[in-house]
Amino acid sequence: MNLVNIFVKAIFIENMIFAYFLGMCSYLAVSKTVKTAVGLGAAVIFVLGVTVPVNYLLENYVLKAGALSWISPAMADVDLSFLAFIMFIAVVAAIVQLVEMVVEKFAPALYGALGIFLPLIAVNCSILGGALFMQERQYSTIAEASTFAVGSGVGWFLAIVAIAAIRERIRYSDIPKPLKGLGITFIITGLMGIAFMAFMGIKI
Amino acid sequence: MSTETALPVKPAEGLFSKKNRKLITDPLNDNNPITVQVLGICSALAITVKVQNAVVMSLSVLAVVVVGNMVISALRNLIPGRIRIIAQLVIAAGLVTLVDIVLKAYVYDVSKQVGVYVGLIITNCILMGRYEAFAMGNKVWPSALDGLGNSLGYAWILVAVATVREITGNGSWMGMRLIPESWYAANGGGYFNNNMMILPPMALVLVGIIIWIQRSRNTKLIES
Repeated sequence: MNLVNIFVKAIFIENMIFAYFLGMCSYLAVSKTVKTAVGLGAAVIFVLGVTVPVNYLLENYVLKAGALSWISPAMADVDLSFLAFIMFIAVVAAIVQLVEMVVEKFAPALYGALGIFLPLIAVNCSILGGALFMQERQYSTIAEASTFAVGSGVGWFLAIVAIAAIRERIRYSDIPKPLKGLGITFIITGLMGIAFMAFMGIKI
Repeated sequence: MSTETALPVKPAEGLFSKKNRKLITDPLNDNNPITVQVLGICSALAITVKVQNAVVMSLSVLAVVVVGNMVISALRNLIPGRIRIIAQLVIAAGLVTLVDIVLKAYVYDVSKQVGVYVGLIITNCILMGRYEAFAMGNKVWPSALDGLGNSLGYAWILVAVATVREITGNGSWMGMRLIPESWYAANGGGYFNNNMMILPPMALVLVGIIIWIQRSRNTKLIES
């Protein structure tokens, strides 16, 4: 039950885009058509689902204060948490490259669909954000951390597909010229964010 | 993500030649990282509730972009092309770690509020955008100026958004009270803070409005 709560919370209440603005750059750049938005969204779910559990293990067995005590009791007071940023981003970048190679080798069709998005994702703030939130919120098991990761990915997917659908329609509207394109996208995202805040009232 | 904006810059004659000055002034308006290149929105919006946070964030980004640009520019002939993204990320992460430690030591309260967003400077697209598009192909001094210009362009948007949000949402600026306490309804006046401005989505709407104003004054930026 707890896992379901974390999942729903990550999708709606703590939505990566609408509550924390993470991954906005690619969200704005790749949301011109629904098709590409679906591709990027799927890639984000996938990469979050892989990197956050790995970073969770790294955090709990290497970086945290006292995390190294499984090697020998003498290392119980070693605290490597200042290395967290470098380790997390290195893991993300390495896994993205690895995933890219594996997908290219074993699933060329999937690579055709996700291929160009994978390199973009290494610098997508929502991926590193997922790792940093995982660290900040201290999930107690790896199952919780993975659920949170996949939930955040699904929330991001939902947001980018929704804005892409709106942008496809809005092309035909009569908007003040200086507001066209980027400006109106920002304002729509703001309004969607306000709508998503309605979920905050839900207590789970 | 990556708006290719590499300016073909020849070796500069003077330290502040016309071309070099343009590196600083261009990103303030015509080539603003937030409103034109659409980079670095990720961390820009969440921390604009208070001007103080915006200033701290801007200074952190400034330090990381300028120093990172210089380091990468100095190493640009040594970094192999295939692993340049990882190399850039590691340099960025190292600098951000330093900034994070400095913030924790000197402005602990702000560092608590800015939270994960300092860490997220690493994946701030301005950083990667400037490293990739400019520092990898230019000398150290123009790269430093380019970093300075872009982070100032980032800073003024941040501070502008934060100013509007703090004044309307909290009645203060940089923590100084602008609306006197006695005006508030609780003290017998008739004034209420606009609590909506503190909500995160309003930052997006404000940036949208800034883009609107900027583009109606600078018509060459209008998208077709």
